[in-house]
Amino acid sequence: MTVSQPAERWSSWQDMDSGRLLLLAAAGMLAVAAIAHTAAVRMPAATVHVAAAFGVLIALGELLRLALPGGRQAAPIATAGGMAYALLLYVSSRPPFRELPPQVPALQVIAVTVAGMTIGALPHLAAGRPAGLTGMASRLVAVSCVAFVFRPLAGVQAIVSRWWLAAAVMAVLAGLGWLVNAVIDALIRADDLGARFGVALGDEMRVQWPLGAAVGASAMIIVFATETMGIAGLAVFVVPLLVTQLAFRRYAGIRSTYLQTVRALARVTEVGGYVESGHSRRVSMLAVAVGRELGMSEPDLLDLEYAALMHDIGQLSLRDPIPGGATVLVSRADQQRIAELGADVIAKAGVLDRVAELVRCQSLAARGSDPRPPVGSRIIRAANAFDDLVGGSADRDRSAAAVERLRLDTASEYDPGVVDALGEVAGRRRAGRL
Amino acid sequence: MGKMSRAAWLYMGVIVILAAALIAPLHFDARGIHWWIDLSVLRLLFLICDSTPTPLASRQSAWSPSSSATLAAVVLLGPAGAALVGVISVFSLRRRLMLAERLFNGAMYAVSGYAAGQAYVALGGAVGTPGPRDFPAIIWAFAAAAVVHVITNHGLLWGAVRLTRQEGRPRDRSRLESSLPLLLGSDLGYAVLGLLIAALWTVTGYFAAVLVLVPLFVARWAMGQFAEQQQAYSATMEALCQAVETKDFYTRGHSERVSRGSGMIAREIGMRPERADAISYAGMLHDVGKLGVPTKVLQKNGALTEEEYAAIQLHPMRGLEIVREIGFLDEALTGIMHHHERIDGKGYPMGLAGDEIPEFARVIAVADAFDSMTSNRAYRQARGIDEAVSELRKGSGSQFDPALVDAFIAALGRDGWTLPGPAGAPPDGQPATAQDHDDPTAPLQVVESL
Repeated sequence: MTVSQPAERWSSWQDMDSGRLLLLAAAGMLAVAAIAHTAAVRMPAATVHVAAAFGVLIALGELLRLALPGGRQAAPIATAGGMAYALLLYVSSRPPFRELPPQVPALQVIAVTVAGMTIGALPHLAAGRPAGLTGMASRLVAVSCVAFVFRPLAGVQAIVSRWWLAAAVMAVLAGLGWLVNAVIDALIRADDLGARFGVALGDEMRVQWPLGAAVGASAMIIVFATETMGIAGLAVFVVPLLVTQLAFRRYAGIRSTYLQTVRALARVTEVGGYVESGHSRRVSMLAVAVGRELGMSEPDLLDLEYAALMHDIGQLSLRDPIPGGATVLVSRADQQRIAELGADVIAKAGVLDRVAELVRCQSLAARGSDPRPPVGSRIIRAANAFDDLVGGSADRDRSAAAVERLRLDTASEYDPGVVDALGEVAGRRRAGRL
Repeated sequence: MGKMSRAAWLYMGVIVILAAALIAPLHFDARGIHWWIDLSVLRLLFLICDSTPTPLASRQSAWSPSSSATLAAVVLLGPAGAALVGVISVFSLRRRLMLAERLFNGAMYAVSGYAAGQAYVALGGAVGTPGPRDFPAIIWAFAAAAVVHVITNHGLLWGAVRLTRQEGRPRDRSRLESSLPLLLGSDLGYAVLGLLIAALWTVTGYFAAVLVLVPLFVARWAMGQFAEQQQAYSATMEALCQAVETKDFYTRGHSERVSRGSGMIAREIGMRPERADAISYAGMLHDVGKLGVPTKVLQKNGALTEEEYAAIQLHPMRGLEIVREIGFLDEALTGIMHHHERIDGKGYPMGLAGDEIPEFARVIAVADAFDSMTSNRAYRQARGIDEAVSELRKGSGSQFDPALVDAFIAALGRDGWTLPGPAGAPPDGQPATAQDHDDPTAPLQVVESL
């Protein structure tokens, strides 16, 4: 699971940051070594059909990628297929009716995974979607870790002959694979978004654990069921995971629709002439960047994004639009009234109480207010003021001057920490990195 | 289930007696202790699955995966075991079930489990933990068992629903029929799980149940999150639309009522549930573009200049501009953009006619005009429902799609309509429109150009 990258941002090698490059290099070396080894050492004829079946399963999984909240992408069926192949014990086959140990070396597992992923990614490329190289690399590394640890163990009779011991080892390794995946994705994400690694890892684990559990359990189901049913029924094993994937697809779908809708409806204030065009969107992007800089976690950032998008919604209740919509220019009492009205609107939904609270407190001065406004409100206050001063302009001096002007007010109005973070973000943006 | 007719009682009684007659003659003495332990584990699995229904693609088809436990019992324990697993649904953890319903459910699952078991044995399926030698021959017997189970189960259930349903609600039927393929599909999918459990049972024993439950519970969790998000989504949308409406005293609640009316029509004409949802959202958002119309134009008393009239005619496009980015709304967008088109082609903004107008827009137009007529306006009191209906009929074929007008009137007759509260004059200082662009009985007055 990784951030789906906008194509234009990573269009060339020079643009890639070192972390991503390192990951791709490692995965590439793994792939080359695995394929070379597998080509050199002939596969026993009896295991070719097993390899082919798993390759097809992985390709299918890669084809059926799943978008997750936060712009992540996963391929749970591919991951489960790769892990199951790495954890494989016996495969029942016929004729003759006897169990044969698959004698699969770790590098063969990796080679099959690479082949399956590549085939599964081709239709995405053909349809003009990004290949998702980073995500595939992350999954490949996770599967490889599991394979390298378990393949030698698969020959140990003491483990293999006791199903419960094997199951325990598999569960631990599935957990390990999941952790590797989460750590890699968190590293990439922290790099991409400028988040802190610890926070990014927490976010990643929170988002990934339900799917990770399903993937691990499915991998074990596949391993144990092949002992009885043989490889022919591989399609059957995917059913539980397919049900899960369907459920997740709907969940992620409504999440993104929700965000899109709030983004769109936040624009009513612009269409109504209450605020400058693009204001809500700019404030929300800035606020989220500042929040990330300050180490906020993803659920908090989502609340912050909603609040920032809707921070001016209270203006709808005003009879006449404020000239230019710049709330920084109207009186404190009016600011407070707009904030209150907006918070009331949002609170009516009944499900966004924290967002309403952020909107309500956005007009309070960072210091001297009792109680102290939450950090999200302080961020919105600063981001809103910044955008009122700078607007959509990309002028470097103007934005630097705006940050300086906010800094002058940090004694009472704005939170100095927030303004520092804002200066940092604005500086990066000037340098063209964001 | 509300009040049940005598036929319904009779039907349920027959099924319960049938189940008792099937189970009573079975001999269980010869079964060993392991058989009974396996049975208990499968019964537990059945109850757990039964109490966590996993809704699939639409809310109407929440279906519990409990049939997988019954079908695993078919393979592991045979027909008698499958029947006994089914019986346990009498003790379903789902609340709000009447005793009669519980008895019927138990009997239904017992009968269908028994039938599936007999089909399995008849086709040569071996009862007991399956070994590698049993595959793939076992698959065909199992497939037959699964089909028999699904058919028996749904057949019996269909009979009960048929007999207990109140008459004259064709909508229920269309809904049931539209989700039937999905229901059957998901049921067969869960049936596959039964074979999986049986195969895992050979290697890992009871642990098989745990392994299979994990992905199902994760799916259940995701669906719960989905339902929660969807609810939050609707609530947020409603709150934002209300915020837009605060600009105008008279049109408060208009979006919500149009949303409801559009939904009524959609269900009446048998739209798929997802489309019915989408049209409800479109109805909610249809006038959001009015914000782009200057307030002084909306509140103007007397005839509008041509420019002002043009500004009003632009509001569907403004609405489109706002909601265009919402991904799911593809079809809803057309509804918002064209909700002021007329069947005779004299509407705006494009002047489309007849079938050129998207269905969503034709639906919203009917609900929109109806709510406008039955609400108070500055220049008139609200019209009664009958009067508004006859106005709709009058415009049928010229302004409105006749089929949709009929559908709306039929839905009105059944579901009724909640009128907006009696709004008097707006309090001082409250903004209010002097004219309503939605009102078909009082077209906007425009100054004649020379």
